Amino acid sequence: MKPRHALFTFLVVVLVAGPSLMAAPPQVAAAAGTPTPAASLPPLKLGFYGALTGNFASSGKDTLSGLTLFLKGINYTAGGRKITVIVEDTSGDPNTALAKARKLVEQDKADLLVGPTLANEGYAVRDYIDRAKAPCLFPVVSGDDITQRKRTPWIIRTGWTSSQPAHALGKWAYDQGKRRVAIIAYDYAFGWENVGGFQRAFEDAGGKVVQKIWTPQTTSDFAPYFPQIKKDVDAVVVAQSGGNAVRFLQQWDEFGLKDKYPLYGLAAVTDEAVLKSMGDEAVGLFTVLHWSAVLQTPEAQAFVKKFKEEYKDAPGYRAEAGYVTGQVIARALENTGGKPGGGKELVDAIRAVKISDAPRGPISFDPYGGVVENEYIRRVDRVKGELQNTVIATLPNVSQFWTYDPSVFLNKPVYSRDYPPCTNCQ
Amino acid sequence: MAWRRAQVLTVIVSILALGVLPIFLPSYPVFVLTSVLIFAIFAMSLDVLIGYLGYTSFGHAAFFGVGAYAAVISALRLGQSFWGSGLLALAVVLLVAMIFGAIALRTSGLPFIMISLALGQALWGLAYRWSTVTGGDNGLSIPMRPELPLIGRLESSLAYYYFVFVVFAIAVAALSLLVRSPFGLSWRGIREREIRMQVLGYHTWLHKYLAYLTSAFFGGLAGILNANLTGFVSPEALAISNSATAILMVILGGPGTLIGPCLGAAVIVVMRQIMSSVTQRWMMVLGVVYIATVMFLPGGLMGMMSRLMVRINSGAPQRSDRSQGKNVERTPATHIQSGGKS
Repeated sequence: MKPRHALFTFLVVVLVAGPSLMAAPPQVAAAAGTPTPAASLPPLKLGFYGALTGNFASSGKDTLSGLTLFLKGINYTAGGRKITVIVEDTSGDPNTALAKARKLVEQDKADLLVGPTLANEGYAVRDYIDRAKAPCLFPVVSGDDITQRKRTPWIIRTGWTSSQPAHALGKWAYDQGKRRVAIIAYDYAFGWENVGGFQRAFEDAGGKVVQKIWTPQTTSDFAPYFPQIKKDVDAVVVAQSGGNAVRFLQQWDEFGLKDKYPLYGLAAVTDEAVLKSMGDEAVGLFTVLHWSAVLQTPEAQAFVKKFKEEYKDAPGYRAEAGYVTGQVIARALENTGGKPGGGKELVDAIRAVKISDAPRGPISFDPYGGVVENEYIRRVDRVKGELQNTVIATLPNVSQFWTYDPSVFLNKPVYSRDYPPCTNCQ
Repeated sequence: MAWRRAQVLTVIVSILALGVLPIFLPSYPVFVLTSVLIFAIFAMSLDVLIGYLGYTSFGHAAFFGVGAYAAVISALRLGQSFWGSGLLALAVVLLVAMIFGAIALRTSGLPFIMISLALGQALWGLAYRWSTVTGGDNGLSIPMRPELPLIGRLESSLAYYYFVFVVFAIAVAALSLLVRSPFGLSWRGIREREIRMQVLGYHTWLHKYLAYLTSAFFGGLAGILNANLTGFVSPEALAISNSATAILMVILGGPGTLIGPCLGAAVIVVMRQIMSSVTQRWMMVLGVVYIATVMFLPGGLMGMMSRLMVRINSGAPQRSDRSQGKNVERTPATHIQSGGKS
């Protein structure tokens, strides 16, 4: 290779590539052709970015499906204002998520962002969103600190905070007479936050967490961990999700532990997206979440029916979150007559939204960008041959701070492997 | 020769354009171009190992990630400035490379691939689990931009682009000089036949070790630049997918050419950030491009380009005679094909 040739060709390619970057056409998924409403305002540009390819593709796609389903239902119009959607793929990578957020804000001039999918993507875009003052709704990213110690006025959750359902399960487990529990959970932020929330509420009620077993995120074999579980516990709490949850429950059953200990599940362990891959080993498991596809309200059933017609499967919490995100945007536009141009006006309009007829039940926002919503204690049952998350108890209007005072809560460190400390572990 | 003159002219014009063009671009394309240049440095640094030394590393993200983490942590926890954190991070990268090199270079071939992979994964696991220092899966952010003595705070994307552009130009110049120096030539000697180099009296281990450190240095530099571009670092920076991306860039562009990997970086970054806006099937497009490259263009994009150049340069008539491409330098494609996988 002659060096001059090499340099020459590189520069030529950069020259060609440079201008073509500008020309990349945005992907517009809005339904066109319907008559424009009377409003003279330009359409509200929605920029969706999430993992649509790669390992987490199904998570991002579910969210987008829910959002699309809702927007189709209102014909991409709310409060007399048209809504257009630009879709971007982050492939589950924090760097790409940041690049896509910048693209949506700087190139497409999106009024409102919706996304991303993973917690680390969420933390990666957080500073940029804050700096660019770009309103962003987080439908599924649940990392605690996004709306707690690292909150920004520009990020509002429409989904959940990791420890939010966990607090509820901690209290409920105590009320069921459980006093000593062992926990087996994911060894990374998502697992820590779930476990931390459970432990705090459970111990404040009077229970004792006597053991915490952390499993690496990549573990697919739980056999080495099972013999460590203490014999004298009233229940075992598990925080795993996706494929890990499926394997965990299979092995739990194979080891004969299912009949020995009552099992409680955190971290969306039996979410509808993965429940279809589970078998009888899951039956009887108690879990907690702000959503169940068999929630017996007219709104929930109407949404589930529509979703099944469109996408065949029962909607999990991510799909529901996408749908609710659409509802929140629509309601914000309706309440203001389609007026908010963007930026602060839009954020204020969204924060003021209260929805009583979301599929998951009533929701509103706290001043920190978190969402106040019902938490449901669910039990896995087999009904007409299919597994479902039967709702057996409802804890209404749960905030991300549970029953604690927000300022006291925020002065403590974020839940981690070492916080709250396991004072009852020997 | 008229052709040569035209070529030199084109190079000068291109450099000027690369320097001037971004002024007229909106901020997002400038951001993407900055990413391209940073990943070009990263890919070039890996090319030193793969293309010149013939050692395929599956853990090159280790240096990218260590550079990024060290820069962010020293800025965040020690309150270092841009320069302070950058220099400190480079020192940390070199330290890690000194240890890793001493371990990994005891092997070659397949064992080297496995050891580089294992060392890289160890760091990834550390970043994931040592959350008090690294922030775990959530990563760490620096809410600040580099500060330069003359220009001031590099708040705008454009200013940072020019900073990266200058670093990139220095990196290209330094690495080009290095691989053409007698010292750099010894790497190629080792790649071709290490035992012969030993017989000739070269202390081949030391040469390999220094090549490894060079590679790590520039890999770490790319990591530091990227951390300052995004203001963020997470275990993804150390993940095997990052190492694999760098290998793809090198193979796609053409190993052992330095500029080839830059081209590969440009193609992959543009695919990931621009093509993915056009179609969700961008990974498929990338896969097809990659397979086609391995099957039909063993020298990568640069191999193809140089064959084209030779053809244009020598005039069209002798097309059939030239098809052997005797002017094309041998590239170590065989190393890659035996060692790597997509």
